[in-house]
Amino acid sequence: MGRYVLRRLAQAIGVLWAAYTIVFVVLNLLPGDPVSAMAGAGADSGTIDPAVIARIKHQYGFDRPLLVQYGEYLGRAVRGDLGTSISTGRPVTSVLGQALPQTLELTGAALLLAVVFGGGVALLATYTSWRWLRQLLLSLPALGVSVPTFWVGLMLVEVFSFKARIFPAFGNDGLRGLVLPAVTLAIPTGAVIAQVLAKSLLSALSEPYVETARAKGAGRVRIHLRHALRNASLPALTVIGVWTAQLVANSVVVETVFARNGLGRVTQSAVTVQDLPLVQGVVIFGSLVFVGANLLVDLAYPLLDPRIVVASARQVRFA
Amino acid sequence: MTPHLSRTPLLRSVAILAAGATLLAACSSSGSSGNSSHGATTTTTAAGSAGGGAGKSGGTLTIAVSSDQGTEDPQEAGSNDTIFSARQIVDSLTDQDPKTGKIVPWLASSWDVSSNATTYTFHLRTDVTFSDGTALTAQVVKDNFDAIPKLGATAQLAAGYLTGATTTVVDAHTVKVSFPQPNASFLQATATHSLGILADSSAKASVAQRAKGVIGSGPFVLQKYVPNQEVDLVKRTGYKWGSSVFTKSGEAYLDKIVYKIVPEAGVRTGSLESGQVDAIGNVGLADEKALKAAGVNLISRANPGVVFNIGINNSRPLFQDKSVREAISLAIDRASIVSSQLPSGSQPATSILSHTTPDYENLSSDLTYDQAKAKSLLASAGWTAGSGGILTKNGTKLSFTIDWFANFGPSPAVLQLIQQELKAVGIDVQLKEVQIAQLVQIQQSGDFDALWGNLTRADPDILRSTYSTQGLNAYKVKDSTLDGLLIKQAATADASARQKLVDQAQESIVSNYYAIPVFELETEFGVAKRVHDFNFEASSRIQLHDTWVDQ
Repeated sequence: MGRYVLRRLAQAIGVLWAAYTIVFVVLNLLPGDPVSAMAGAGADSGTIDPAVIARIKHQYGFDRPLLVQYGEYLGRAVRGDLGTSISTGRPVTSVLGQALPQTLELTGAALLLAVVFGGGVALLATYTSWRWLRQLLLSLPALGVSVPTFWVGLMLVEVFSFKARIFPAFGNDGLRGLVLPAVTLAIPTGAVIAQVLAKSLLSALSEPYVETARAKGAGRVRIHLRHALRNASLPALTVIGVWTAQLVANSVVVETVFARNGLGRVTQSAVTVQDLPLVQGVVIFGSLVFVGANLLVDLAYPLLDPRIVVASARQVRFA
Repeated sequence: MTPHLSRTPLLRSVAILAAGATLLAACSSSGSSGNSSHGATTTTTAAGSAGGGAGKSGGTLTIAVSSDQGTEDPQEAGSNDTIFSARQIVDSLTDQDPKTGKIVPWLASSWDVSSNATTYTFHLRTDVTFSDGTALTAQVVKDNFDAIPKLGATAQLAAGYLTGATTTVVDAHTVKVSFPQPNASFLQATATHSLGILADSSAKASVAQRAKGVIGSGPFVLQKYVPNQEVDLVKRTGYKWGSSVFTKSGEAYLDKIVYKIVPEAGVRTGSLESGQVDAIGNVGLADEKALKAAGVNLISRANPGVVFNIGINNSRPLFQDKSVREAISLAIDRASIVSSQLPSGSQPATSILSHTTPDYENLSSDLTYDQAKAKSLLASAGWTAGSGGILTKNGTKLSFTIDWFANFGPSPAVLQLIQQELKAVGIDVQLKEVQIAQLVQIQQSGDFDALWGNLTRADPDILRSTYSTQGLNAYKVKDSTLDGLLIKQAATADASARQKLVDQAQESIVSNYYAIPVFELETEFGVAKRVHDFNFEASSRIQLHDTWVDQ
């Protein structure tokens, strides 16, 4: 088990490095540089002396060979120094630190809603013996997956803020401000959880051991929750791992629609002005979330299904 | 059994993250639209204002703007959305009257300009204090001006105003700024937010420290700044050194101004309609109808400076022929572009400068719409019908590309209209979207046929920085007469002599069609009925000292 975790950590570092490198390459393939981007986006560039721009580029070291820049950034990142945001002059860690709690609050609430409602829909759809209700419930996830988050957000704001005036349309103010964005963010994730869980539940319910349990006199609820759900939950758990990272990505859209501060907004504005250190910081953080969530899910497998053995640090094996 | 999902975390993670990064990069141009400062000042509409008279003190004004630059330092503020708040924190040495364009006293009660426009001596008021209690002195002004060029990437605009400047303290309340070359537009620059004066502690602070908040002497004090979320300003008590443009003397009316950062246009509009905010910026044509129906006042003012234009590269062989340039101008129906695509109140260009720019001259007779004349001009220049209705001459198609970037929402629709109108006279136009980060590079390399854009500055010297050999001359205009006029106006401190030179320069640019002016960009706000005297300053940003609300 210890070696398994070590191996996964090594993989995680590999992911971080690869993500970091790809972003560096991608951002440098884009035309322009942070100084020019700020000259063009922020100020009226026609009035700015090219010599001034060149001097500032030199100050930040953007005129050096890319490999040298890459080596220096990477060297500092390894030591935990993510550098200074070019657009604001603030340390990247403090920019991220300020935005992080708000995004965690949002994604945490969304994940909770997604699991509760996604799981609830799947359980009810597979439990009910009314055909029409089953059909209705099973069609919901498909709808939830296919409507764009952006549109859902705007519709919710229109109905519950502008018309009904129950919730504020924007901002990070307390629980009331959290409801609409969390629901918006939860819908696609909840829909996928419901889809996957419903499918696995249906296939689990047709397994022979369900027959056995039934023959032994187990009640419907017990069979559904104890026997079928436990076996059917692994794929859903995998999906949750993947979609936790997806939640952070979707928060770019949701935070924009609901004017919430957070990592998504930070990312969006950083990319706009090619604020390289800040974008790198976001990517490193995103990779950490991704790797961390997947690691947790992997470690949770054996707890749910004793048939899964973490064997000899080589791979997760199904006994 | 169920656990059959293949799990290769490394590859999958990398692929997803890389895809995400690429996607974000692709989104960047649309994301930046709120950042545009290419849109500017002075307004003539006074909608929502009861027009002078008795305002009421007190109350809070809530404004939704679309973006946050990441700082509230006026010297670094380049985006309009940030300037709207940062402007209120500081005073400038001078102010510019939005009605006349004249420079009037503010922190400096008077000034002397050397006749060759190289030396400026400012006599400061002696009763001014910053909100931290320190006093305004000549040394503070020097510290400000000395610090700005060292700020780096974030203060490029302010640093540009001070290129080559040497600031010296003459006595406690007299400060002198000298330049190696004539710089007649510097006086207007001292009226801008970019050269707003900060307290010494802020002037000496690093960019990172400034990002946490700055201290000024302005009518409002920065109380709270949460990046990407909210800016709170409160009234400066004891403020009594307002500019002579202000109608109310002493303190501002409002107790508090709250700026909410709301990036999504529909959410801003709905928030104003439902009373969650009192005013919104960046109103689009699509939102106007709903806002008007909700009883919201729409107020707007054309930005001073260079109008939105097709900035043709005059060194391209195709554009050496004046009849081609003129035909392009004649083929564009400016009035229909303005009425069909732009917010109400927008105006067609009537010069290369907008009508709110000091020394603007109306040259609309050179900017008419006449397709038949365009066709005959091209025919007499030897262009004949070719395949697909596009004219050709000696095997060359009459075709060029316009590079544009997404800093203004209606640009794509306007450009498509221009594309159709030029096609109608046999000119083929290709449209190419570029990233804002590429703009400087494209301008410097000169590798373009035409660039779409505008520039905001409440001083005609913008023409020199854009079209003269002393400036960037990105559009490769080769005209020594024009060059001489532009350089000479910068060295002419006498206002009426300078105006004559600026008028001649505008006539030269417009009648030679070195650039094809299309429309004047305007800054538009939607303002609730309870808000009065929501005023534009000379650069078409807002000055809220005189603004008041019903309570």
